[in-house]
Amino acid sequence: MSTAFDLLLAAALLWSAWRTLATPQIGRAVILFIVFGLLLTLAWARLDAPDIALAEAAIGAGLTGALLLDAVAALRARRPDDEEGQS
Amino acid sequence: MKALWRSLTVVALLGLAAALLVAVLGLPPAPVKLAGEVATNLGASGVSHPVTAVLLNFRGYDTFLEVAVLIIALLGMLAAGLPPPPPTGSRNAMLPTLARLAVPLMVLAAVYLLWAGAFRPGGAFQAAAVLAAAAVLLHLAEILAPWPRDRRGPRLAIAGGFLLFLAIAAALLANGGLLRYPPEHAGLLIVLIESGLTVSLAVNLAAFFLLRADKT
Repeated sequence: MSTAFDLLLAAALLWSAWRTLATPQIGRAVILFIVFGLLLTLAWARLDAPDIALAEAAIGAGLTGALLLDAVAALRARRPDDEEGQS
Repeated sequence: MKALWRSLTVVALLGLAAALLVAVLGLPPAPVKLAGEVATNLGASGVSHPVTAVLLNFRGYDTFLEVAVLIIALLGMLAAGLPPPPPTGSRNAMLPTLARLAVPLMVLAAVYLLWAGAFRPGGAFQAAAVLAAAAVLLHLAEILAPWPRDRRGPRLAIAGGFLLFLAIAAALLANGGLLRYPPEHAGLLIVLIESGLTVSLAVNLAAFFLLRADKT
């Protein structure tokens, strides 16, 4: 059961990492990055590293994700005529 | 031409990945069993959680420089020019209510994380990240106004925690080494340093969001 979960988690990590890099819309890429961070938190927890899991959840997914969202909003404000993700 | 470059890049990256794999697999076993060393000396570190013992005691110097790196990152942001304040009045009405409910719990969780660091997963960095997230949430809910560039309080808070760490490190130089705590006071010193670091790091991380250029 746990092996199946681990395999699923690894597959989801690889998939979300790939989608984060490959998606053409930056807003969606940021959301996928946060999803990736939360999945990575689960992976650290599964590896019995709760310290790193906590740091990843708080800094990796939380603060970095919010910073990136902020940056996307600033980019959109700078170029309001630009379609999302075309830059 | 573009396809050629792309396939060349893929081949080069696969080669690099293979070389890294070979290098990692070929590494000799570590000459010292670090986990064993930590477990043996845990009693003298002043805390009972091995990760905190490594971060704040055995490798305290690394943590010290890490905090300095964050401050340098903030200096870089100040030097590069701050973003303008975001437009106001466009936020969801739910957000302030949620923020008012969540932020007290986040502060409580941060204090718990700071305290728990001595004996279980937790510590200054995690506590600071939660506090900073609380500040960002308040900022997004427009309860907390952005900080103008010259505001003195955040700067004092950021420098204060770092200077406390530096002062303790310098005071311990007389003891024979940088950050070599006397075992009987190690626990107290670590809690002191971590408390200072929590404030410093929280304000530092929050400043990445909240420092905005003055309205002109």
